[in-house]
Amino acid sequence: MPIGDLAPEIAVLVGAVLVLLAAMALPQRRHGVCAGLALLVLAIAATLATAQLGAHRLTFSGTFALDGATGVARLLILGATALCIGLFPRWFATDRRHGEFYAMVLFSALGAMAMAGAADLMQLAMGILLSSVTGYVLAAWHRDWAISLEAGMKYFLVGALANALLVIGIVLVMGMTGTTDYAALRTADLTAPLALIGLMLVLVGFLFKLGAVPAHTWVPDVAEGAPAPVAAFLTTVPKIAAALALIRLVALVPAEGSSLRLLVALLAAATMTLGNLAALWQDDVRRLIGWSSVSQAGYALMAVAVIGLSDRALPALIAFIGAYVVANIAALAAIVHLRGRTAITGFAGLIRSQPLAAGTLILAFLSLVGIPPLVGFGGKFVLFLAAMDGGYAWLAVVAVANSVLSLFYYARVIGPVTFGTSDERVEALGAPSKAVMLLALVGVALGSSVLLFVWSALPVTALP
Amino acid sequence: MLTLCILVPLLGALALAAIPSIRESTARTIAIAVTAVPLLLLLVVWAGFAPGAGFQSVAEARWIPSLGIAWRVGVDGMSLSLSLLTGVVFLAAVAWPMADLPRARAYYAWFAFLYAVSLGLFVTLDLILFYVFFDLSLVGMYFLIGRWGHGEAQAAALKFFVYTLAGSLLILIGIIALALSMPEITFDMRAIIAAAPLAAAGLPAALVLLGLFVGFGIKTPLFPVHTWLPPAHVNAPGPVSAILAGVLLKMGTYGLVRLALQMMPQTFVDWALPLGVVAVISILWGAIVALGQDDLKRRIAYTSVNHMGYAVLGIAVAGSAMGTQAARDIALTGAVVEMIAHGLITGALFLIAGAIWQRHQDYDMAAYGGLAGVAPRLTGATTLAAFASLGLPGLAGFVAELHIFLGAFAVYPWLAAIGLLGILITAALFLQLLGRVFFGALPAARTGFADLTRIELGILAGLLGLVVLIGVWPIWLLEMIGTAPVAVAGG
Repeated sequence: MPIGDLAPEIAVLVGAVLVLLAAMALPQRRHGVCAGLALLVLAIAATLATAQLGAHRLTFSGTFALDGATGVARLLILGATALCIGLFPRWFATDRRHGEFYAMVLFSALGAMAMAGAADLMQLAMGILLSSVTGYVLAAWHRDWAISLEAGMKYFLVGALANALLVIGIVLVMGMTGTTDYAALRTADLTAPLALIGLMLVLVGFLFKLGAVPAHTWVPDVAEGAPAPVAAFLTTVPKIAAALALIRLVALVPAEGSSLRLLVALLAAATMTLGNLAALWQDDVRRLIGWSSVSQAGYALMAVAVIGLSDRALPALIAFIGAYVVANIAALAAIVHLRGRTAITGFAGLIRSQPLAAGTLILAFLSLVGIPPLVGFGGKFVLFLAAMDGGYAWLAVVAVANSVLSLFYYARVIGPVTFGTSDERVEALGAPSKAVMLLALVGVALGSSVLLFVWSALPVTALP
Repeated sequence: MLTLCILVPLLGALALAAIPSIRESTARTIAIAVTAVPLLLLLVVWAGFAPGAGFQSVAEARWIPSLGIAWRVGVDGMSLSLSLLTGVVFLAAVAWPMADLPRARAYYAWFAFLYAVSLGLFVTLDLILFYVFFDLSLVGMYFLIGRWGHGEAQAAALKFFVYTLAGSLLILIGIIALALSMPEITFDMRAIIAAAPLAAAGLPAALVLLGLFVGFGIKTPLFPVHTWLPPAHVNAPGPVSAILAGVLLKMGTYGLVRLALQMMPQTFVDWALPLGVVAVISILWGAIVALGQDDLKRRIAYTSVNHMGYAVLGIAVAGSAMGTQAARDIALTGAVVEMIAHGLITGALFLIAGAIWQRHQDYDMAAYGGLAGVAPRLTGATTLAAFASLGLPGLAGFVAELHIFLGAFAVYPWLAAIGLLGILITAALFLQLLGRVFFGALPAARTGFADLTRIELGILAGLLGLVVLIGVWPIWLLEMIGTAPVAVAGG
C-alpha cells in the first residue's frame, strides 16, 4: 500500500496526537505552545501536499483520489486552518482546556481532507463524520455559556439527522449497484428509484456540510453562538471539503439524461436567495455573517450544477471557494480582533477607533459582494463565466439579483462603521489575531490578480 | 501614455490615503496636481490624434491570456473627448474651495481615486477592465456621498450603490455573454466590435441587449430607473454632484454606444425604437418633474434626466438603420456633443448650487430671491449656465440638441416632435428658477449673501468659457469626435 500517498493526512493525524500529548503534559499557562506546534504540523502537511500537487491517480484500492482537486483542497484546508489557529491563542488563553482545542481543530481539518479526496462512498462518510463530530465539540466549546451550547446542540441535531440520511443513502446506493467505489459507480446504472433516492440522501449529507438548503439551519447559530474564532473555522474549512467532494460526486452522473444538475441549480438558487433574505434585517453581525455564508454556499453550488457541461466548472468552484474562504476569515478575524463584538450598533464609528479592523471588515464585505478588484470579484466572475458557459445563464441572473440584495445588508454594517460616530473606547484582542487579519486583508485586496494568474493552472477534471 | 493617465491619480490617491502627515492645503494641492497631469497628457494625445482613424494611442500588456483578458488602452474620437471632459470637470471639482471640510485628506484621496477609475473606464479597450472601473466608480461615489454629504446622505448613498450595482452586474452578464460567444474567449473590445458575435443569436441576443439597456439605463439614468438620482444629488456636496452629473452619468451613455450599439448593431436595430421612446419619455418626465420642484438642486438633478434623454435619443436614432447614414451619423455626433455639453453645463450648475449651500445651507428656492442685487457674479454665471442648459443658440447645448434633432427628424419625426416639447419645458423651468432665486425682493435673511469668490468665479468661468467656445465655434470638437464617430457595422 502506497502509504506515502496519504503523507499529508498522516502528518496531520500524528500532529494532532502529539498536540494532545503536549496539552496533557504542559501546565495550562503554557498551552500556547500547542498553537505553535499545530502551525508546525500544518506547515509540514502543506509541504508534503505541495510535493504531490502534480499527481493524478487513484490510490488505496481506488478509495482516495490523488489529483489536482484534492491537492488544491488540501492546501486550502491547511491554509484556512492555519489562519484560524492564529485567532485562537488569545481567545482561549484562560480556557482550562486550551491545549486540547488545537488537537480537536487538527482532527477536524483531517476529516475535511479525507472528505475532499474521497473516491469511495464509505471513505466519504468517514471523512464527513470525523469533520462533523469534531465540529460539534468545537461549536459548544464554551460549555458554560448557553448560546454556545445551543449552537453546538443545533449543529449536532441537524448534523446527526443529515449524517444518518447520508449513511442510509450510501446503503441504498450500495444495495442497488453493488459498489461504493466512484470508478465503478460511474458506469453503474443509477436510474433505479431506490438508487436515486440513495443519491438524494447522500446529497443531503453534503448540503449539511456545505451549509446549503435544506440543511443550512445550523450556520447562523454556529456563527452567532460558537466562539467567534471557531465560527471562522466552521464556516470555511468543512465547506471547502464539502464543495470539492460534492462536485466529484456529481461529476459521476452523466450530464445528459439526468436532472441532477437541474436539481443542484434549483438548490443553488434557493440557498442563495434564502440566505440573503434572512440576512437582510439581522442586527447581530455574527449572525448576519452566518446567513451570508449560507448564500455564498448557494453561489458555490452554481459551479457544481455545470460540472460536465463546462470545462470551467471545477476551476471556477476552486477559485470561488478560495475567494470566499479568504474573505470570510477576514471578516470574522476582524470580529475576533474586536473581542467578538456582535451588535450592529456597536460598530458605529469603528473606522476611527479601530481603523484596521474596520477596514478589513469593509473590504471583506465588499469582496463578498464581488466588487472588483477584491478577491471575491475574481471568484464570482469565473463562477458566472462557468455557469453561462454551461448553459445556466438564468442561474447567473439569479445570482446577480442576490448579489445586489446582499450589498444591502453588508451596507447596513459598512454604513455605521464608516459614517457613524461613537466615543466608546474599543478594545482589541492582540497581536496574533491582528496578524491573521492583516494576512487575510492582503489576500482580499490582492487575491483577484493571484486567482486569475493561477487560473490556467487550476485542475479541470477530477478523478475518477 | 493613457496608462499613465490612470496611474498618476491612482498613486496620488494612495499617497493621500497613506501619509497621515499631509495637511489640508497640501492635500488639495496634491489632488489638483494629480488631476492636471493626466489632463495635460490627454492634450498631448489629442495633439497626435487623427480623427476617424479608429482606436489610437493603443497600448497592450498581457495579463490573463487563458481568459482573453489583457491591459488594453486606446481612444477613439468619442472616448478621447469624454476623457478630456472628465479631466476638465474633475479639475474644476477638485479645485473648488471647500470651507470647513472634515477629513480633507480622505476627501481628496477619494476624488483622485474616482478620477483614475473614471479615466480608466473611458480609455480602456478591455471589457473586464471596463467593468472593474465601472464598479469602482460606484464605490468611490458611495463613500464620497455617504461621508461628506448632508441630510439623508447615508440612505442616498446606499440607494445609489444598490441601484447602480444592479445595473453593473447585468452589464457583467452581458459582457460574459459577448465574450463567450466569440470563437475563442476574449474581452478585447476591438475584436468583439469587429466580430459582432451575437448577430444571429435571436432571443439570447435580445436578452443580452436588454440587460445592457437596463444596466446602462440605470446609470444614465433613464425613466423609470432614475429614482436614485435626485436623492444622491440633493444630499451630495456640490463638487461631488458635479462629478456625478458631469462624468459618471456619461458612463451610461458611453456604454450604450460602445457595448450595445457597436458590439450588437444587428440586434440594436430591432430595439432602437423602444429605446427612442424611453428616451423621449425621460426627456419629458425629467423636464416636467423638474418644473415641479421647489428644491434648487433637485430641479437641476431632474434636468439631468431630461438632458441625458436627448443623448439616448441620439443613440437610438444612430442605431435605427432607418433614414440616411448621414442623418444617423449626425444624431450620434449630437449625442456625444450632448454628453460633453451636459457635463460642462451641469457641472457648473451643481458647483453653483454647492456655492449657495455653503453660504446658507438651504436649497429651497422660496427662501431666496433678489440675489442679483447682492451677488452679481453668481447671478451672471448662473444665468449663462441656465441659458446654455435650455439650449440657447450660441452655447454648447444648442449645438448638441440641433444635431440630435436634425438626425431624429430624419428617422423618427414624430418622436422628435414630441421630444422638442422637452426643450420648451426646460426653458420655462430655468427661467422660472432664475426669476425666483435671483430677481424679485431680497428676503431679509439673505441680505448678507456673499458673492462668488475669485477662485470660484475663475473655475466657473473656465467651464462656461468652454460652453461658449463650443457654442460659437464647435468645429474643433466635431472634428475630434469625427463625422462618423464610431464604426457601426450592419446598419
